Amino acid sequence: MEALYAFCVGLLTACGVFLTLRGRSFPVVVGITLLSYAVNLFLFSSGRLKMDGAAVLGASESYADPLPQALVLTAIVIGFAMTAFVLILAMRSRADLGNDHVDGRLPPSPKDQK
Amino acid sequence: MMLTQHLVSLPILLPLLAGCLLLLPPLANNLPRHRAFSLAVTLVMVAVCAWLLQVTHTQGMQLYFLGDWQPPFGIIFVGDRISALLVLLTSLLLLGCMLYATGGEDTTGLHFYPLMMFQAAGINGAFLTGDLFNLFVFFEVLLIASYSLLIHGGGKQRTQSGMHYVILNLVGSSLFLFALGILYGTLGTLNIADMAMKTHELSEDQLALTKAGGLLLLLVFALKAALLPLHFWLPRTYASASPPVAALFAIMTKVGIYSIYRVHTLVFGPQAGDLASLAQPWLWPFALLTLAAGMIGVLASPSLRLLAANLVLISVGTLLVAAALESPEAMAAGLYYLLHSTLISAALFLLAGVIGDQRGKPGDRLVVGRPLLQPRLLGTAFFIAAMAVIGLPPFSGFLGKVLLLQAAETTAEMGWMWPTLLLGSLASLIALSRAGTTLFWRVSGNNNQGEAAGLLQLSGIALLLFCSPLMVVFGGPITELTLLAAEDLFNTQKTLESILGSGGN
Repeated sequence: MEALYAFCVGLLTACGVFLTLRGRSFPVVVGITLLSYAVNLFLFSSGRLKMDGAAVLGASESYADPLPQALVLTAIVIGFAMTAFVLILAMRSRADLGNDHVDGRLPPSPKDQK
Repeated sequence: MMLTQHLVSLPILLPLLAGCLLLLPPLANNLPRHRAFSLAVTLVMVAVCAWLLQVTHTQGMQLYFLGDWQPPFGIIFVGDRISALLVLLTSLLLLGCMLYATGGEDTTGLHFYPLMMFQAAGINGAFLTGDLFNLFVFFEVLLIASYSLLIHGGGKQRTQSGMHYVILNLVGSSLFLFALGILYGTLGTLNIADMAMKTHELSEDQLALTKAGGLLLLLVFALKAALLPLHFWLPRTYASASPPVAALFAIMTKVGIYSIYRVHTLVFGPQAGDLASLAQPWLWPFALLTLAAGMIGVLASPSLRLLAANLVLISVGTLLVAAALESPEAMAAGLYYLLHSTLISAALFLLAGVIGDQRGKPGDRLVVGRPLLQPRLLGTAFFIAAMAVIGLPPFSGFLGKVLLLQAAETTAEMGWMWPTLLLGSLASLIALSRAGTTLFWRVSGNNNQGEAAGLLQLSGIALLLFCSPLMVVFGGPITELTLLAAEDLFNTQKTLESILGSGGN
């Protein structure tokens, strides 16, 4: 289970990093979303992965660490708000600047350089 | 009695509540009421923070347990000398910015004052918290307010730099969470004091992971503080924000610097066993390089606001050099310099705003333009600010730099630090005298447009500027206080005992 979990977190992070390095705002926003998914999974695993463990004492045989679950919950809420903000900002920037490049201007195409 | 017990939480609660109240009737959408209420609340905040400083100075560290959960389990606020000092600095700065904003900057968009209040709540929270995850939450509070404040008033430039700022900080937040996950996984706690205890009990394989976590944390703080390879966002962002916002942002880099001071002396400091001085080898070269980059930026700045932004970079470099020296004396000098540089760079941003308004089309760009409406007044203010920021006597910059140079006198790093710091001052001197000459003397034609700056606007600038001579006049008590604060910071044993000991009983 650990290997699969770690692989998923790694894959999500890799995709997130790749997308945030793109030039246009939409892939960047998607990349940031993937990164926050990855980090949420990662935070959850910091309390060790455990099957059948409830976070409440006495509810099951073995119990899980409740703190990472609380942290993930907070991180999800914050990440959600931030993603909403960056989406609106990206749309605003598309309207204000006339293109969807993160720098606000399109890089010179190879045709122009000739 | 009741109030002193809750005193530590007041610098966070006051602006938070005020920000919410400002959004509700009868205050909502009523600008005169907004102004009066915000100014009143900020004045109360200054008083409360001064009180907190006095209490922490005389009675020692003040702890506040949220929900009365004892450490290491609950979230705590820690009010010691450093945090009280910085919270007071934030309130003073907020007062200056708000006074300036009442001159008309607050009419360019909605909800200016609530956003300023939320920003102040986030900054104060970051200074007061004793829990690393709580620090992340307060970082997010101050960041989301800063995103909106940055693009407040609109305009292409602000959207453009806002995009970079927001995306960079979102990636930074993800990295922060990764670091927290790693550290929680190995140390099993996020209470800063408890983490410091646990660093001694690590096994071999956990050590490497914890190191990675600590360095990742350093990376995040360095992004907020604008340390060299991560500083590219700063000049454009600060130069495009409206003057009062840029002035308030002057403390944002200091939040990152404070976090480095706090976490990397307490948790990964000199006494942390195998993890001792984790940040120091990284901070040292990059802080000096940041200074050098700021120096080049200052000399190349085409406008006064970019110049002020690059001066912020120089101060960041200087402050992190102080952190890299790892001695109470250097830290004390750094704290003094932090107070000075925050107030003066904020004053410079506000001045740049007034000057830009009066010059008409060229704005604050350093080209020939129309004469200013109030050349004598603004010239004097600019002169004082420039002298202070360069570090010429008799202003606070001089004292701060002398203290820093003294603190490095006996260390081996002196050969690197002295020339860089002094060359930085020289570069600022050249750039600021060139800027002043252009703005005040190289003028053409008459100025019959624009408005003279109002009394409240000028009083905001004056408030920040007067702090500089005051910091010299009261240099004795202030340096004593910063030295005590720095010694608190390095006396980890005492800190840990007073935080964790109180939870044991």
